[in-house]
Order: sequence, then C-alpha cells, then structure tokens
Amino acid sequence: MGLLLDSHRRRALARLLLRLNTPLCVVSYVAGVVWFLALAFSPLTQNTYISENAMGSTMVEEQFEGGEHALSYARDFIAQRRKTGNLPVAWLERTMRSVGLEVYSQSFSRTLPFPDETHERYMVSGTNVYGILRAPRAASTESLVLIVPSSPGTLNAQAVGLLLSLAAYFRSQIYWAKDIIFLVTEHDLLGTEAWLEAYHDVNITGMQSSALRGRAGAIQAAVALELNSDVVTSLDVAVEGLNGQLPNLDLLNLFHAFCQKEALLCTLQGKLQHSDWASLGGSLHGLQTLMLMVLRQASGRPHGPHGLFLRYHVEAITLRGINSFRQYKYDMTAVGKTLEGMFRKLNNLLERLHQSYFFYLLPSLSRFVSIGLYMPAIGFLLFIPGLKALELWVKLNKVDFSPEEQLGPLQLVGQDVRGVALTPLVAPVLISQATGLALYLLPVMGQHVAAQHFPVAEAEAVVLTLLAIYVAGLALPHSTHRVVSSTPRGPDSGWMALKLLALLYLALQLGCISLFNFSLGFLLAVTMVPAAALTQPSGPRLLYAVLLVLVSPGATLLGSLFLWRELQEAPLTLAEGWQLFLGALAQGVLDHHLYGALLFPLLSLGLYPCWLLFWNVLFWK
Amino acid sequence: MEQVQFLGPGMDPVSENRPHPVPSGESLHWLTLGEVSHGGQQCFLVSALWAPGMKAGPPQPAGSLPLALAPLSTFSKRPLSTAVLEALSAEESSKARNLENRLEIDGFPPSPLVVKDFIVLRGLCSPALGRPGQLLNGHTNNWAVLVCTSRFWFNYRHVANTLSVYRSVKRLGIPDSHIVLMLADDMACNPRNPKPATVFSHKNMELNVYGDDVEVDYRSYEVTVENFLRVLTGRVPPSTPRSKRLLSDDRSNILIYMTGHGGNGFLKFQDSEEITNVELADAFEQMWQKRRYHEMLFIIDTCQGASMYERFYSPNVMALASSQVGEDSLSHQPDLAIGVHLMDRYTFYVLEFLEEIHPASQANMNDLFQVCPKSLCVSTPGHRTDLFQRNPQNVLITDFFGSVRKVEITTERVALKPDPSSLGYSHLKCQKDEELTEPLNYAEQLPVAQIIHQKPKQKEWHPPGGFILGLWALILMVFFKTYGIKHMKYVF
Repeated sequence: MGLLLDSHRRRALARLLLRLNTPLCVVSYVAGVVWFLALAFSPLTQNTYISENAMGSTMVEEQFEGGEHALSYARDFIAQRRKTGNLPVAWLERTMRSVGLEVYSQSFSRTLPFPDETHERYMVSGTNVYGILRAPRAASTESLVLIVPSSPGTLNAQAVGLLLSLAAYFRSQIYWAKDIIFLVTEHDLLGTEAWLEAYHDVNITGMQSSALRGRAGAIQAAVALELNSDVVTSLDVAVEGLNGQLPNLDLLNLFHAFCQKEALLCTLQGKLQHSDWASLGGSLHGLQTLMLMVLRQASGRPHGPHGLFLRYHVEAITLRGINSFRQYKYDMTAVGKTLEGMFRKLNNLLERLHQSYFFYLLPSLSRFVSIGLYMPAIGFLLFIPGLKALELWVKLNKVDFSPEEQLGPLQLVGQDVRGVALTPLVAPVLISQATGLALYLLPVMGQHVAAQHFPVAEAEAVVLTLLAIYVAGLALPHSTHRVVSSTPRGPDSGWMALKLLALLYLALQLGCISLFNFSLGFLLAVTMVPAAALTQPSGPRLLYAVLLVLVSPGATLLGSLFLWRELQEAPLTLAEGWQLFLGALAQGVLDHHLYGALLFPLLSLGLYPCWLLFWNVLFWK
Repeated sequence: MEQVQFLGPGMDPVSENRPHPVPSGESLHWLTLGEVSHGGQQCFLVSALWAPGMKAGPPQPAGSLPLALAPLSTFSKRPLSTAVLEALSAEESSKARNLENRLEIDGFPPSPLVVKDFIVLRGLCSPALGRPGQLLNGHTNNWAVLVCTSRFWFNYRHVANTLSVYRSVKRLGIPDSHIVLMLADDMACNPRNPKPATVFSHKNMELNVYGDDVEVDYRSYEVTVENFLRVLTGRVPPSTPRSKRLLSDDRSNILIYMTGHGGNGFLKFQDSEEITNVELADAFEQMWQKRRYHEMLFIIDTCQGASMYERFYSPNVMALASSQVGEDSLSHQPDLAIGVHLMDRYTFYVLEFLEEIHPASQANMNDLFQVCPKSLCVSTPGHRTDLFQRNPQNVLITDFFGSVRKVEITTERVALKPDPSSLGYSHLKCQKDEELTEPLNYAEQLPVAQIIHQKPKQKEWHPPGGFILGLWALILMVFFKTYGIKHMKYVF
C-alpha cells in the first residue's frame, strides 16, 4: 500500500504504465494467441489415462455375439416403421418385453416457438420407449443408460437393433450392480429432453409429457448410439454438450481404451489420430482437431443426445458409426463388444465419475490439455482490457497525479474534475442494453406480425428481424449523442469514461464466460479484445469502424462457420456460408427455447450491448 | 525339542499304575500347573484336563492334591494339540475305564474342572534351555489375525489375499476359534461378482479360497483401526463374543497378516482412516507388556510395506513386507471373466509356497523370506529379524502358520505320591528334596531388557544437593569478600 500511497512513486508508476501500455498490450495479445496455438504441441498436452480406480482397466471378457441378431432386429424395425409411419411403439414394447425388460413408454408433445426449417417440424408429438434391466443382485439405486435417438430423418435402425440385441445379452448376465435403461427416443433431442425432464421430475423448457412409470435410481452414466449402416468403418465420438459442458474425461478414456482393445478405428471430430504425435505434422493435425473442438464447444449446442444428460450431472458421450469408403469394415458384433466392455466397466463404478477432468481440450483421443494449461491463454487476452482500463483511469485522473504541474483547463472546473462523471454514461448504457433486450425478445414475439406484413414465413421472419435489429443497433450512436448533454469536462473525458466502463464490462463478461466455456470465451476475446482496445473517436475512424464490425458477435459467428468448414476440409462458398449462417441463427434461438442453451441470451443481452458501447465510443461527438 | 517327554500319559496321579482313557468327543485342555524356578533351571508342571461337562468326582482329601496345584485359579487353559490327543487315545483307549481318584479343583472358572490326568513334562528343567523364561519353541498355542483393510469391488485381490492366508493357516491346523478374520468387504456376495459365493485366488477359477467354512469375525464396516487395535490389545467391550477376541497368552505364537492400500508409514482402512506404523508398534508393545504373545510373525502386503515394521520395538517380533519404502506392491492374476485382479504378487507366491507346507514340514523362515524374489514380485520384499530371538533358520513355518507342537511320549512312569507334610513334594525328578524347602518363585517370563538387547537406561548423575548449596555459599562468600557488605544492594 505504501507504494501506491506515496504520491511520487505513484506518479512514476503512472508514467511507466502510460509509456509501456501499448507494448505490453501487444505482447500480451501475441502471448495469448501463441499460447493457444501451442496447446496442441508436446509440452502442453498430456497422455490421457483412466483415473477412476473402480473402472481400472479393460479387463473384460467380451462374449457378445449377437451382431446378426441386431441386424435382424434392425430389419424388423425398419419394416414396422414403414408400416406404422412413425416410431413402432407397440413392436418395440413387445420386443423389449420378450427379451425380459421392464418396459414403459412416455408420450410427449411440444410446440416450437417458431417452425424449425432444418428439421421441418413445428408441432411435435412423439413417444419414447424404454426398458429397464433390473440388476439381479442389487438394489435399484443406480443405473446406466443406453440411448438411441430415432427420428424420421435419421432412423438409426441398426442402433435400435444393436440396443435390443445387447439388452437380450445383458439380461442373461448376472453381474449387474446397476440397472440398465435401454431408451429409444423419438425426435432426437426433443424426445431425450422430454424423457430426462420427466425422469428428474422437472419442467424447465415447457415440454408437455406424461410422467414416467418406471425408474431405476440415479443415472451414473449414459452412452448414446447412432448407427445407420450394417457395417461401420469407424466410430466417431462426440463429447461437447449443452453450453459447452463436457463429460468427465474418464468416460472418454474408457471409450478410447476399448477402441484400442477391440482394434476399432475411432475418431474425434471426424479426424483419425495422427500416427506420429511428436512430429510437426502430428502436432498440426492435433491443432486442427483442437480448433474443431473449440468451435463446436463454443457453439454451446448439444452435439448429440448425450449433451442434454450433462445438465443433470450425468456423464455421457455419443458414439456415431461412420461408414466411409475404407476397406476394412466392422460388423455389429465388434461395436456391441465395445459397448459391452464399456458397460461392464461402468457397472463397476462406485461413485459418479469424478476422478478425472471436467474441463479439458482434446487435440486427439489419446491426448488432452487440462484447464490449468489452457487458462493462461485467455488470461493473457483479458490482461489487455485491464491494462487499457488502467490507462484510461490514469488519464482521467491526471489531476490527481500531477498536482504541481501545469494543470490546463481542467483545473478551472474545480473539484468535480477528478474522477469519472457517470451521468453522461447512463444514456448510452441504457440504450445499448435496451437494444440487446429487443434483440432477445422481439424476433420471437413479433414473428407473427412480421409474417403478416411481409411476404416471409415465420422462421424467416425471426431470422430477418434478428438481423434487422442487429443492424439497426449500428445507427444508435447518431441518436444517442443527442441525448447526451455536452460535458463540461473537456473534450475527451466523455468517451474515455464510456470506454473505461465498456472495457471493464467486456473483461468481466469474457472472464465469466471463459470460466464455464473456455472456447466461447477465447473466441470472443481473441476477436473483440484488440478492436475494443483500439477503438477511439479520433484517428482512422473508418478503419476502426470496419474492424469493429468485423469482430462483432454476429460476424464472429459467420467467420467461425467458415473456419469450421475449412477445418473439416469442406470449404463453403459465400452463398452457402450465408445460408448456413441464417440457419445457425435460427437454430441458436431454437436451442435456447427448446433446451435452454445460453449462447443466444449471452450474445444478445451481454456481449452485443457491450459491443454497442464501443461502437458509441467510436462515434462519440 | 527332544528334551520334552511325556511321563505316563493316562497315568493316574495318585495311584500311579492305573491308566485310563480319554473319552472320545471330549475336549482336552492343557493346564500349566506351575512354572518353577529352581537352581537356575526351569521346571514346568503340566496337566491335561477335561473340559467342563464331565461329571465332578467326589471331593478329594487335600492330601491328594499335588503341591503345584495350589494356585491353580491363576493359570490359564490352553488347547491341547491334536498330536497329543491322538497319542493318548491310540495308546490308552483300550485300557481300563475306571477312575477312582478325581480331583476337584475349586475356584477354577467357569465351573469346577476335574483333573483327569497328569502329564508331566519332564526335561523342561534342562539347563540347555538357555535364558530363564525362554523356551525353545516354547509356544503352546497359535493364533492368527488376518486383516484385509480395503473395501470396494476393485480391491477384490485384497480379500483374496487374506482369504488365501486364512485357508493356509486353517489347513495347517489353527482352528477358527483361534483365527480373527477381518474382511472389509464382502466380495463373494458383491453383485458384480460373476461367480457368486466364491472368491478365487487363481486365474481360470483354479482355487476358490472362499470355501464352505469361512468364519469372518469382523466384516465390512466393523473393520476399523479401533477394532483392530482393540482386538490386538484385548481391550474389547465385555459384550464381545469370544470369536471376536484374541484370547492369546504369553505362550501364544501369533501370526498377523495385513493387506490393503498403504503408503510410507501408514495403512489405509476402509477409505476413511489409517493406522500408522507408530500406532502399530505401540500396540505390539502393549501386547508384549500384557503378555499376550510369545512370538509374533507380522506380514504385510501393501505398497511401501517395509515402512510399517520399521518402528517396531517389542521383542520376539519377526516382520515381513511385500515392498520396500518407495516401492509399490503389484497385483497379479488379472482375470477377464471376473474383471479384476485376483491377487497381489507377494501373497500369490506366499500362498504358492504355503500350499506345499504340511504339518510335518521342516521348511523354515529363511525359505519364506525367499519366496518372492524381485524377478517375480517386481517389488523388493523385506523382512526384519533383529527383534526376534531365534535364528530364522530354526523357526519352522508351522510355528506360526500351523498349530503343531512336537511331543515325544515316553513309557517311563513317575511316582506321584501325595505327601501333605512336606512342601517339597514333587513329581519332578530334577528337583531335590532339600531345595524344595526354599520358597518357589515364578520365573520372570518377560525379561524385556535382556531380550531386546537394550542397555538399561543410565541413570543421570546429579551432584548431591549439599554440594550445590555449598557452591552457592562459596560464591556468595567470595562476592562479599571482594565487594564488602555495602554492595549488598546490588545483589538484591
């Protein structure tokens, strides 16, 4: 404290801060970005290992031989499905009962806030069927879930067949210590959400569903399975869940261990492992995979039915069978054996999976970056708004630091000069927040009005309203400056105070976001922070304006889409990209309303108003 | 022990030529009638007793009571080894069934016992026995405390470890009543067990160590540090059943086997608490001071096991561990069908070794030390013998793992004539009449300081009080002499 109270030292410090500010910011930004890129390289990644003692190893004698059985079930399922037109509930119930499960079904219905054009659905009603295999020698206090989503678009018939075949096999074993729930849901995530809400007896998304009549204790882990071909060439695993939540790393390690044991090809983000990790090519490959994971995690969407389980603290992953043009194919027995091994090991669990990491990034299936190693990247980036804010604070309080020097015109105003005057800031802050609120509420609320007055469908109306409000926000500075009375505090103090506030607001938001979803926080920080730091109403304003528009949350989303497809080696043309962008906007809003994804409210209520403040700073008059 | 001889088993103590058989189905107990120190020699007078349940005979005149029976109520009962039983019944059962002289002994708990027979151990008075109080192979009974301290299915191997040692000691003759078995979890009935009601210690289901007659004394949450220490030190609540007590005495050889997860200086119990090596060493010392053991063999199979015995300081303790400090003990026998490791390496090889042992085996402790070389164990097994009196080479495996005593029957008869007028009446040949007039003393059975080679603590020398007073007086005198009385104010 003595250091700060001593006015001489304080002045020296302030001067040092002002002089070193820009170089420090540049160094910090470069360090943050380099740190992030280095995450895929050797010293920062570690080999994965199973921490959970209860699972231990892959010591299981897999005896599942029902691959052919699974395929015949799948053929029956397809035939029944064709006959009934939607999920053959009666057939499923009958088959599950015949293999010895306790069978229940649950019907649900949900009217979407606006028609979903990607899945072509608006008023959805369906039925989930599930059978419980009771552990023969244990109390029904814990359970595992094997879930197969079956929608009109993706039937997953083979997955349903494998589920039934596995159920029959598991029924004949006596070593189960947890009940196993075999669940077939309709309308993919909607059905899963309805079942999960009913299972945990909550209603958070306005889903109408019948109550569940059979339960099996606390769910310890869940595996979702998606298979659409009789043979597979590889299994892809999805981990990213709702709002960027991840399952415990041990579950993924378990899958990876059994992949290796069964000699299956397993991929992450659709990418195979590079054979030589230590080489440059291997590291770059890892970086690509890592970037894909960051983009997917940042989107905050559940990438498979497992994503919804994570909210209930149920560790879950989704396995997708991929059938590509590779020579070597695996049949259902191989996939079934992998699942058998995993369930056998999960059955040994004594507590919830908690030994391994919940926060991690994956450059490949066998390597991971822990939270302690990736957080410095965002730390470096968030250092910049802090530094800039400090600089502005020092400048605003210049009087304080140089009492005996030439004071300039500011002194004339008197004691009030010191500190930041907050009143002129109220108007821009309020207006920005109000715009954000409008962005959040109006598109869905006003869809019918828009659809009546313009020749568009409801879904289009929502997206276009969204864009319209977003763009309209850009015009705000021209209106706000009228509200703001001219300040007597000198030419610069107004925008400086606003920028100071905006910087702190930005740093606070990014800090909070990066705590629960590092990827989102980092993507936003790496784009917004430099533009935010540069913005000022003097200098090359046009350049700043272009830069600011480019880093606005909407533009980041568009850019991320292009980057994502680029990394997947399926580049987009501009038109495709735009279509995808419009679709993503609608999906983002839908995800929020259907599953409670937080990305849309975060952007519209938090970051967009914050960005508008910087826009205001740029056009300060 | 060649000197030990039976004098006339089945001989009637009073009318010496009337043998009688041991009724079948009766349990027989040793009774140490006296341990007599005489002329630097140790003499033991031992009797075999039938347990309560026999008809009490008519009270005998006091004259027929042998001298050494007088303080009988203070002695304890010990079980007779099977060898003696066999010898008695085989030789004597065909002989006459009459018994005229029965001695009723008053005050012996829990009910009057009838002395059926005296078996006098001769030769225990031999000077070759060495240190007073120390018998060569001087234990009369064997106990085992077998502890598995870890719960959970994935610790299956620890339960299998303990059960396999249990199997061995039981096979070698220690009865369930003398085994305190503590298992922290029930693997046989675990729902994850694909083979219910079994615990296997070998791959491919070769050896089921959870047989038909496993008596677990402390089960699951009863296995705590407190209970373990209470069992060892005998400080159990009065309501504790006999099967849960360690009822050993100063002639007991105790085998203590422990397994679980440990670290440097501790062994974890139940995922919730741990016992440290200091606590364990203190418990053993308490046992020694309470005369709860004669010799003890401590075996531990855990990571850094050697750290558990390094603090021991009580005599007659031999200790073995599966690994040195800083080493992990490793598991063995991964079984895919059961889905866990079935055993730990060290105990696996110990079991393999013990399977070859039979009651008459002459294998000694040195063989046990070499049971698991580093090439097999991966860890380095350790042992500690400095507290132990005998050379490990002379210590048979069956001294701890079995309940085997060596006896030799002689046909020589001994005259046990009652003589109420003289205290010097004796059945022991080595005692002379004139020496018996001396009062008899009990031998000091636990000469701790001699046994563990500790020098008696040197008493610190203090100068006598008068010397110190004189010194002060001198100092004061010199002071006054130098400065005079007027400087007194500087002193006070």
